[in-house]
Amino acid sequence: MSTAQNHTDGPEISQEVPFWHDPGKRAIVFQALILCLVFAAGYYIFANTQANLRRQAISTGFGFLGREAGFGIGEALIPYSAANSYAHALLVGLLNTLNVAFIGILLTLLLGVVIGIARLSSNWLVSKLATGYIEVLQNIPVLLQLFFWYSLFNDLLPSPRQSFSPLPGVFFSNRGFYFPVPVGHCAFGWAAAAFGGAALVCFLLRRWARKRQDQTGQIFPFWPVSAVLLVGFPLLAWSLAGAPTAMSIPHLTGFNFQGGFSLSPEFGALLIGLVLYTSAFVAEIVRAGIQAISIGQSEAAMSLGLKSNLVLSLIILPQAMRIIIPPLTSQMLNLTKNSSLAVAIGYPDFVSVANTTINQTGQAIEGVLIIMVVYLILSLLTSAFMNWYNKNKALVER
Amino acid sequence: MKLTRTAIIVLLAAIFMMLPLIAGAGETLDAVKGRGHLIVGVHSSLFGFGMPDEKGVWRGLDVDTGRAVATAVFGSPDKIKFITLTTQTRFTALQSKEIDVLCRNATRTLTRETELGLTFVATNYYDGQGFMVPKKLGVKQAKELDGATICVLPGTTTEQNVSDYFRTYKISMKPVVIEQATELNKAFFAGRCDCLTSDASQLASVRAVAPNPDDYVILPEIISKEPLSPAVRHGDDQWRDIVDFAVLAMIAAEDLGINSKNLDEMLKSNDPNIKRFLGVTPGNGKALGLDEKWAYNIVKYVGNYGEVFERNVGKNTSLKLPRGLNAQWKDGGLMYSPPFK
Repeated sequence: MSTAQNHTDGPEISQEVPFWHDPGKRAIVFQALILCLVFAAGYYIFANTQANLRRQAISTGFGFLGREAGFGIGEALIPYSAANSYAHALLVGLLNTLNVAFIGILLTLLLGVVIGIARLSSNWLVSKLATGYIEVLQNIPVLLQLFFWYSLFNDLLPSPRQSFSPLPGVFFSNRGFYFPVPVGHCAFGWAAAAFGGAALVCFLLRRWARKRQDQTGQIFPFWPVSAVLLVGFPLLAWSLAGAPTAMSIPHLTGFNFQGGFSLSPEFGALLIGLVLYTSAFVAEIVRAGIQAISIGQSEAAMSLGLKSNLVLSLIILPQAMRIIIPPLTSQMLNLTKNSSLAVAIGYPDFVSVANTTINQTGQAIEGVLIIMVVYLILSLLTSAFMNWYNKNKALVER
Repeated sequence: MKLTRTAIIVLLAAIFMMLPLIAGAGETLDAVKGRGHLIVGVHSSLFGFGMPDEKGVWRGLDVDTGRAVATAVFGSPDKIKFITLTTQTRFTALQSKEIDVLCRNATRTLTRETELGLTFVATNYYDGQGFMVPKKLGVKQAKELDGATICVLPGTTTEQNVSDYFRTYKISMKPVVIEQATELNKAFFAGRCDCLTSDASQLASVRAVAPNPDDYVILPEIISKEPLSPAVRHGDDQWRDIVDFAVLAMIAAEDLGINSKNLDEMLKSNDPNIKRFLGVTPGNGKALGLDEKWAYNIVKYVGNYGEVFERNVGKNTSLKLPRGLNAQWKDGGLMYSPPFK
C-alpha cells in the first residue's frame, strides 16, 4: 500500500520541482484519488441498494433478529427452542460451527503431523501408505468426501431398533452414536478444577525442569510425572467428593435413544470428512517443513550422540515449525470455512441456521452480511492468534 | 497526457456505473415484448411442477402456468425461457428483474407480499404440509410422532410449520435440515429420519421416485395452508393483471366447459360468456393490452386447468394426486374464476 518514496534529493531541490514532477508527492495524490474512488464506489453500491430496496418496498434493517425464530434446530450446545429469537438461533449455529472447527483443527493437527512424519519414514510400507493417504484424500473434493461419509453412516448403520452395541450401553445406529455418561454431580466440577490445577503445576514444573537442565544438565522425567499429576489430581478430587458412579445409560424409548451422550451422524460425517481432507494438506506442509531443514542439522545432532527421536523433537521440529506455521494457518482457516459445507449434509452450522433465517424473513442482504462478518471475524481471530504464535516461535536472528 | 487519459477512463466508468439508475426499465410488458420472449423462474427438479423430461422439454403445472402467460403475450407457448431457481434465490431473482414471473410452487404469505415487495396472483395449486412415514413404523397419525427425527427441506415455510405443529401439541421432535432435496430424500429413504415433511404434493412426488413407493404412507393430517401461486414484482399493475388472468383463464375455461379439443366448436357457441372469453365478442384483450385471442390461445396451446392438472399431476401420472381442493368450485374445490367481462 504505502509506496510513498522518500528519495527526493533534499528540500532545496524539491522546492524548485513542481509537485507533479515529484514522484513522492505524485504517489500520494494518486493514492488519495484511488482511495476516493474506492469510497465512491462503495457509497454508490450502498446507496443504490438502499434506493432499489426502497423502491421495491422491501424492508431492511436488523430488527428481525429480535423476533421469534419459530423453527427447530437439531443439535444445540446451549438450550434452544423454537420460541427463542433469531439472534439466539444464530448463536446456536455459531457455536455448532465453532465446535466442529475447534475439534476438527485439533484432530487435523494431530493426524497431519503423524502422517507427515510417516511419509518421511525409512520404513517403505509406512511411507507408501502415508503417500497414498495424502494423494487420495487431497485430490477428492471435500464435498464428495462429506457425501461419502454421510451416506456411509446412513446406509451401513442399522436403525435405532436394531442398533449395533459393541459394549454395554454403547449404541451405534443411523441416528447417531450413543455413549453412557456419568450423571451430573458436583464431584465432576471439582475434578475439572483439579485438572486445571494440575495443568498449572505441570507448567511450573516444566519451567523449573528446563532451568535445572540448563544449569546442571540433569534431565527431569517431565512427561511421566505430568501424566501422573494430570490423572491423579482429578481422580483424588472425585473420590474426595464422594466418588459418584451413577451413569446415564442410553436406552431406547419411542423413536430414539434417550439419555447418555450422543454424536449425530451429521456431526460425525462432517468432522471425519473435514479432518481427513485437511490433514492430508497439513501432512504435506509438515513434510515440506522438515525436508527444508538441511540434512547437516540432523547429522550434526546425531554426531552429538542424540537419539533419533530427540533429533526430531529438539533439532528438526523447532526449526521446521517456523516454516510450517504460516501455511498451517491457512489450512486452519480452510477447515473453518469448509465447515459451512455442513448445509449439504444437514449439520446445523452457522450458515445453515442463517440460511433458514434468510428464507423465513426474506432479508437476504442482512443475512448474508451477518454470515460474511462472522466468518471474517473468525478468520481474523485465527490469523491473529497464529501470527502471535508464529512470532513466538520464529528464530531470533542476530 | 497519461493523467488525462486515466481521468477520461475513470469518468466513463463512473457514467457507465450510473446508467442502471438513469435508465429505469419501463413497464414489464414492454420489456418482455421488446425482448421477444418471457423469462420464467421455475423449480429445477420437482416432478409434476417443474422439471425437464427425458427429452429436455420442461414439464409441470408451474411450467405450464408460465407457458400460459407467454401464450397470452405472444400467442405462442414457445417464446419462453426457463430459469431454475432454488428456494433461496427465487425471490431475489424476481426482485432484481432477472425473471418476469415466478412460477415455482411459492406459498403466498403476508410477509412475502409486503416485506419482499412481491404480488402473488391467482393460486394455481392449493397445497398443505403433510408427513410421510415408512409403513413399518406403524404410525397412524402425526400426533404419535413425539420424539421423532424429522427430515425437513429448508427454505420455505416448512420448518416453521412443523415447529408450530409440535409446539401446539407439546410434543418434541428433532429436525434434520438438508439443503438439497435429493440428498434429503436419500437420507430419509436410508432411515436417517422417522418422518419426512413437506407440502403434500411434494411428498407424493418424492414417494413416486422412492425405491419402493408402497413402503411409505402419507399421514392424513395437513398441518398448514399452502396456496401456491405465481408471483410478480410490486408496482406494475398491468403486468400483474396479465399474469393473474392468464392463470384464471385456464380455470375459467374449465368452468365454461372449454378445452383444447372442443375449442373451435365453442367459437360458434351462443353463450355470451364464452363469446367474450374466446374473444368472439372483443373487449377483454384490449382491456389487458393483449390480443383479443389471448384466452383462446391459452386453451389451444396449454389447455384448461383440468387438462393441465391431469397431464402433470393427475391420476394417470405417477403422482396420482386427486383434485381435492384444486377441483372447480362447482365440484367442491377452491378453483373459482371471476367473470371474464
